[in-house]
Amino acid sequence: MQSIKDHPTAAAEFIANRDRVRWHDTAVWFARTKRDRAAHGVPEWETLRELASKIKLHTMSRLDEYLEQFEANATRLGAQVHWARDSAEHNAIVASIIQRHGATRVVKSKSMLTEECGLNPHLEQLGIEVTDTDLGEWIVQLLGQHPSHIVTPAIHIRKEEVGQLFHERLGTEAGATDPNYLAEAARQHLRAKFLAAEIGITGVNFAIAETGGFVVCTNEGNADLGVSLPKVHIACMGIEKIIPRAADLGVYLRLLARSATGQPITTYSSHFHGPRPGGELHIVLVDNKRSELLGSGDFRRSLNCIRCGACFNTCPVYRRSGGHSYGVTVGGPIGSIINAAREPHEHKTLPFACSLCGSCSDVCPVKIDLHQQLFISRRQLANFGLVPKSKQIGLKLAATIFARPWLYRIAGRLARLALRITPKAITYGRFNVWGRQRELPPPPRQTFRELYASRRAKK
Amino acid sequence: MRVGLFIPCYIDQFYPQVGIATVDVLEHFGVEIDFPTAQTCCGQPLANAGLHTETKPLAERFLTIFGEYDYVVSPSGSCVAMVRHHYEQILGHSPNLDAVAHKTFELCEFLTDVLKIEHLSGAFPHRVGLHQACHGLRELRMASDTELVGPAFNKPRQLLASLRGIELTELARPDECCGFGGLFAVTEEAVSCMMGRDRVLDHERAGTEVLTSTDMSCLMHLDGLIRREKKPIRVKHIAEIISAALASQN
Amino acid sequence: MPSSKEQILQSLRSNRPAPAELPSLEREWTTYADRRAKFIEVLEFVGGQTIVARDPADLNDQLGRLPQFTSAQKIASLVPGFAEKNVDVNAIDSPHGFADIDVAILPGEFAVAENAAVWVSDEHVPLRVLYFLCQHLVLVLPASQILDHMPAAYERIATSNQGESQFRTPRFGTFISGPSKTADIEQSLVIGAHGPRSLVVCFVESL
Repeated sequence: MQSIKDHPTAAAEFIANRDRVRWHDTAVWFARTKRDRAAHGVPEWETLRELASKIKLHTMSRLDEYLEQFEANATRLGAQVHWARDSAEHNAIVASIIQRHGATRVVKSKSMLTEECGLNPHLEQLGIEVTDTDLGEWIVQLLGQHPSHIVTPAIHIRKEEVGQLFHERLGTEAGATDPNYLAEAARQHLRAKFLAAEIGITGVNFAIAETGGFVVCTNEGNADLGVSLPKVHIACMGIEKIIPRAADLGVYLRLLARSATGQPITTYSSHFHGPRPGGELHIVLVDNKRSELLGSGDFRRSLNCIRCGACFNTCPVYRRSGGHSYGVTVGGPIGSIINAAREPHEHKTLPFACSLCGSCSDVCPVKIDLHQQLFISRRQLANFGLVPKSKQIGLKLAATIFARPWLYRIAGRLARLALRITPKAITYGRFNVWGRQRELPPPPRQTFRELYASRRAKK
Repeated sequence: MRVGLFIPCYIDQFYPQVGIATVDVLEHFGVEIDFPTAQTCCGQPLANAGLHTETKPLAERFLTIFGEYDYVVSPSGSCVAMVRHHYEQILGHSPNLDAVAHKTFELCEFLTDVLKIEHLSGAFPHRVGLHQACHGLRELRMASDTELVGPAFNKPRQLLASLRGIELTELARPDECCGFGGLFAVTEEAVSCMMGRDRVLDHERAGTEVLTSTDMSCLMHLDGLIRREKKPIRVKHIAEIISAALASQN
Repeated sequence: MPSSKEQILQSLRSNRPAPAELPSLEREWTTYADRRAKFIEVLEFVGGQTIVARDPADLNDQLGRLPQFTSAQKIASLVPGFAEKNVDVNAIDSPHGFADIDVAILPGEFAVAENAAVWVSDEHVPLRVLYFLCQHLVLVLPASQILDHMPAAYERIATSNQGESQFRTPRFGTFISGPSKTADIEQSLVIGAHGPRSLVVCFVESL
């Protein structure tokens, strides 16, 4: 799905549709206000965040051991554990399990990891039908689009568009937009898919090293239907989803839903320990550059991420540019860090799609220092020579000027003089990006230092 | 105590009255100020662009120029945040950096935390909207933000609220970013301007007559939008308001 | 050629950060003077309904008046003595056999006041799908089994399998908080997504 547009261009297009961007910003901000209400209702909220961060940092410091412990316990309970170094291997493993069962009808609940690996196109090209059963995921699947948000994938889509889509694909009434009516149609259609499915795929929210089990959180019940009807359950997880103890869930499950949607907990928080009687449980552990990120002193805290989406909801840039403008599976603040760290050249505009406001860091339930990591990402990009030449030249010139007070004073005087005498048509001509929608500051005749010096001279 | 005054480059060049107001406020409280003329820039624009190597000499200059003072005060939350929070990423840790960082303050926090001023005497009978600049808020922690759960406090607002006749307006989004973000204002111009416009709209709806902040950079951006759209909101740095109020007593 | 597992573990070992301590979870978490009241308040907030009954007869009476009961064709119950049931659950051996259940009345183990969650597991049902496939779900549990918060819930789970953790042996368990729901269409909340359209939690005092 990699967009060929850079973020600023994609963002400008999104903003050009005034109605859509206004609505998108309002809808996503609403999610942020719900988070606020939920968080402020928990007096020990900041203690929970601190613990959540410390547990993850500890886990990352012994991740190899905890993964081995997890595998041993999961296997003891009857699950089959697979290891995938990258997305290609993940896809091959999942495909081979499906093919070994001769299955062609698969249902899948929300998993950003399977999006990251591009699982659906891989399976489809092998003749396997994959239905995304999370309503938002299903809507974007039917539209042939990618999710624009990790928790509410269809947040960029208006109900009129859903109505039109369902009219075409499900035969609902033309022009219908009532969410209850549309959701009911989806329920009936997807229910048939659940009942006919041969294999169910889920993601993993948390995998418990000490017990060998894992937790899947949903509101719709789609993950649970997807794996309690078919006999085979394939659970796909990034290796950073491990937590040491079951008791740690008493911290994470109090933070996750409140951060994501403002609910005290998701409707279902399902704990899977071993396959069901007569069934099979496969767990696919995926690295895909996570172990490399672990080695980065600057960015390893991004592995704390529990994919709650709170940083998306609070980010003033995400709200006004939409998820697709990032050109990656997981965008927003966390995605900008991870993708720029993994593939700096591809994603060099992402760390700059940020005003460094710091709101993301303060809502992150696992205390990832997101805005600091975005700041450091820029240094990394500059070191790779990926800061645009024009910006570099201008700034290096500025650095030279600032290093010499006499040069600074002259440059300042010239700039102010130029602003005063240059005709507006030129000042606000096409090279002045600032001037497109804003006035420049009025240039004073004297600087502060001149005014201060003459004031002191009078005394 | 000797206070070294740090006036950011863009205030020196484009908003000198903010620097003068800062001087007036500090002198009102009997603070001995010095303005070392060798100063230029804290290096923030370069650091934010990722050019940390080029920022280093500017950071070192800052420490050299301001090292001798008891305190360093600046009417700019973002520049102070640069010194206190980001110089370590540029220069690495050092006792010298620690020493300077610990004594560098934005104007309002200097008044409340060092001079221990809780009320200001003076009048400013206007409807004032406080824009909470992000660096001052989430890095210097001059006020509690809406994200964290904890006791509420707000140093700039507390100072303003004590002025006679002032009415502080209530915003729908009290601490959303204005969208200046340094070079972001130009490289992500569409998003930046939409963010700024949304702030202005919030203030309009709240009835703000005078829009203020601890950061002139935010105000420069918001003022640019206000003047282009010819809206009747006046923009004043908080130092100007405090200075005008203190002067109103005379 | 080392296996993928070995390669991943090797990569992790060579990238290991400095040791960081695992914190203890001992804290004074918020508790509630009236856990039942808190549960009822939160369950209503998330779109569910609570019934408090003195005994089985009282419960049957209250359940019988609910619209999901009066209109139900097929009712499956695994809670002895409760509600008219017309489906013999034990005669159905495949999960698909439950596709036409209107109301399922199933046992819950304990409730959590802070978030109106009820812990259920496949220890009490022959097939876990029962909790999800029915159109309407009713959970029945003793009124005394309400805990304050999630840490208490995990302490309970850690010891309630004959002194050991419920997770020692193969087990499916889930916290259910309210009816299934979605807000994926323009952020409008729709109650009843793929799972049950309604949830009634019954606290029976005599149990």
